[in-house]
Amino acid sequence: MNTVLVTIISFALIGSIAGVILFLIAKRFRVVEDPRIDAVQEVLPGANCGGCGYPGCRGFAESCVKADSLSDLFCPVGGNSVMEQVAKILGKEVVQKEPQIAVVRCSGSPEHRQKTAFYDGAMTCEIASALFAGDTGCPYGCLGLGDCVKACTFDAIHINPETQLPEVIDDKCTACGACVTACPKGIIELRKRNKKDRKIYVSCVNTDKGAVTKRACDVGCIGCKACVKVCAYDAITVENFLAYIDPIKCKLCRKCVEVCPTHSILEINFPPRKTADAAAGKEVSEVTTT
Amino acid sequence: MKTFPKGGVHPPENKISAAVPIEMLPIPETVIIHLSQHLGAPAQPVVEKGEQVKVGQLIAKSAGFVSAPIHSPVSGTIEKIESVPDTSGYKKPAIIIKVEGDEWIDTIDRSPDLIKETILSKEEIIARISEMGIVGLGGATFPSHVKMMIPTGKKAEILIINGVECEPYLTSDHRLMLERSEELLVGISLVMKALGVSRAVIGIERNKPDAIAQLTSLSGQYAGIRVEPLKVKYPQGGEKQLIKAITGREVPSGKLPVDVGAVVHNVGTIVAVYEAVMKNKPLFERVVTVTGKLLERPANYLVRIGTPIEFLVKAAGGMPEDTGKVINGGPMMGKALLSLAVPVSKGTSGIVLLSQSAARRKPVMNCIRCRRCSSVCPMGLEPYLLQALSEQARWDEVEANRVMDCIECGSCSFICPASRPLVDFIRTGKANVNRIIRERSK
Repeated sequence: MNTVLVTIISFALIGSIAGVILFLIAKRFRVVEDPRIDAVQEVLPGANCGGCGYPGCRGFAESCVKADSLSDLFCPVGGNSVMEQVAKILGKEVVQKEPQIAVVRCSGSPEHRQKTAFYDGAMTCEIASALFAGDTGCPYGCLGLGDCVKACTFDAIHINPETQLPEVIDDKCTACGACVTACPKGIIELRKRNKKDRKIYVSCVNTDKGAVTKRACDVGCIGCKACVKVCAYDAITVENFLAYIDPIKCKLCRKCVEVCPTHSILEINFPPRKTADAAAGKEVSEVTTT
Repeated sequence: MKTFPKGGVHPPENKISAAVPIEMLPIPETVIIHLSQHLGAPAQPVVEKGEQVKVGQLIAKSAGFVSAPIHSPVSGTIEKIESVPDTSGYKKPAIIIKVEGDEWIDTIDRSPDLIKETILSKEEIIARISEMGIVGLGGATFPSHVKMMIPTGKKAEILIINGVECEPYLTSDHRLMLERSEELLVGISLVMKALGVSRAVIGIERNKPDAIAQLTSLSGQYAGIRVEPLKVKYPQGGEKQLIKAITGREVPSGKLPVDVGAVVHNVGTIVAVYEAVMKNKPLFERVVTVTGKLLERPANYLVRIGTPIEFLVKAAGGMPEDTGKVINGGPMMGKALLSLAVPVSKGTSGIVLLSQSAARRKPVMNCIRCRRCSSVCPMGLEPYLLQALSEQARWDEVEANRVMDCIECGSCSFICPASRPLVDFIRTGKANVNRIIRERSK
C-alpha cells in the first residue's frame, strides 16, 4: 500500500515539475511562424512532387509567403485555380499561366526503328545512356527503360508494351516536369495544354541529316521543311534537320500532319478526319489515338 | 610473393594470344581520328578539309594543360571534319583522312637502332612527351606529361612500371615487354630522369615468366631498375593496388599516387615515350590484342590509330557466327561495342570477342547479403550498399560511403551470386556525386 502511494506521489511530482519546465521552455523558445504558411499549405495539392522547384509543398508555401510577388512562383500541379487561392490568402497579385502537359517526342517503336544491339545491363535509362547511345540506330531516341515512369508521382506515364515507348495519360498529367528531368535523352517536353487535350507536335528529337535519320528510323523527322511551307501561322521552325512546332503560335489546323512524309508529326485527341481528306491523314490518326 | 592485401578476384586468364608475336597490320583506306582520344579537353584541329598530310604530322593541337595533341597516323588527304559515332555510339567530332601511300615526316627516325643516351634535360624530355601526344596507353588515356610534372611541395621517390596486365585475354603489354625490352628499359631511364627519381620497379604478374626472366636479366645494365614478380590477382594493375603491392604504401582516399611518392606508368606508355624522345615519333600507332575463343587467329597487332575495328577483326579471321558481344578493352572493365565501324583510339588495348553464351548476363536476383562483394572489393567498399543507395538516389549517403574511391574494377559484379548490376549503379552514383561536388565548389 505504502509503495503504491509513494509511487503515485513521486510520479505526480516529477510530472508537475517537468510540466512547469516544459511550459517555461515552450514560452522562452517559442518559434514564431507565420500562420499563413499553414493556410497556404492547406490549399496546395500536397503531392510533394517538387515540380515547382521547391522541396515539397511546405517549402513552396514558405516561399510564397516570403516572396514580394507571386510572378516567379507557380504550382504546376494545382494550376491557376490553386494559385488564385494562394494569392487570396496572401493578398497578392496572381499571374495566370497556361496549363501544360507532357509529350513524349519519339515514335520509334520496334516496327519503325530496328534494334541494332541488345542491352542486358541495369534496366534504367540513366545507366544505359551513360554507357552507350542506345540499342537502335538512333542515338537520340527513347531507350524505353522507364526512368520517366519511375519519376512520375501521379502515375500519369506508362510504357506501352507494344510500342515500348512511354505514353502520357492526359487526365493524370499535372505537368510537374519530373519526367522531363528524369529523361536522359531530353525527349519529354512540356507543351501548352489545348482544349480537349488536343496535341500536335513533332514526335522526334533526331538532329542528324535526313538520310541518316531515315536509315535509323522510319518515323523520324528528316528536316524536309514541307511542314514549314504549309504552316499559315509561322509556327514551325527547322533547326539542325529537326522541325519544332511552337505551341503558342500553333492553331491546331493539322495541315502539317498531312504533308509530313515520314509521319513524324502527330495529332492526338482529334476527331477523325472527313473521308475527303487524304488517306495519309487517316493512317496517322489511327497510329496516334491514345 | 607480393600482392595487394585487400580483396581481389581470380577470373579465368584466357591469355590465348600470349605466344603470338606482334604483327604489323596493313593501313586501311580511310581512318577516323576522334578529337577526344584522351582524358581532358578535346584537341583542336589545325588542318582543313582537302589538306594533304603526312604520317606524324600534327593534325590537332592540345587544348589546355590536361589535353594532348593528335598526329596523323597516315599520309593522305583530309576528307572531312565532322561528328561520327565513337565506341559509345554517340557522335563526337573527328577528322577523317583518306589514305594515299605511306609517307612519313622527315623528323621521325625510322631506323631500328637502339639509342641509349640523350643530351635532353628533364624539362626537354617532358616537353617532348607533351608535344608527341603521349597518353596513358593502359586504357585510361591520361595525358602522360601531366603525371611527370610533380606539384611543388611533393616529391616522387619511386617510378612504378605497370606490366601487370591483369585483365583476362589481353596480351599486348606482355608482347611489348618481350619484344621491345631494351626500348622499354631505356624509356624507363628517360622517365626516371624526367621525374628525378633513382628507383624504378617493373611490376609483372607471375603468369608471364618469360617477360620476368628477360627483363630481369636485361635490367642489370640499367641503374636503379628492378623487376618485381607479383602474385596473379585481379585488379593488380589498378594504380593504387600496384603501389600497395610494391611499396606497401596506401594512397589515402582522395589523394594522388604522388602523395605517397609514387608515379605509375604502363609499359606501352613507356615504349611510346622512348619512341617520342629518342626517335621523335609521335603517338600514332599502338599494339592492340584481338582475341576470343571462337576467333580463328587471335593476335597482337601494331595498328595505326583510327583504323576501323572491323579491319582488325577481319585480319584475325573475321567475326565468328556465334559472337554475342565484341568488347572494347578487357572483359572485366571493357565496354561492349555497338558497331565495328568505330576506330581504334589511343586507349584501345584490346578487342575481345565473346560467344553468345559467355556474353549474356545472368538474370538479376535479390541480394541475399552474402557479403562476397565487400570481401572482394580491393578498395574496402560495400558494393551492395552503394548499389542500393544509388538506385534510390540517396546521393549524400552514397558519398558518405566513399563511392569516389571506387575504381570500377568490376570484381563485385563478377563475384555476385545474384548477378546484380553492382558496378553499373555505383558508376551512376559516382557521376552524380561528382556533379554534386562540382556544384558545391562553385
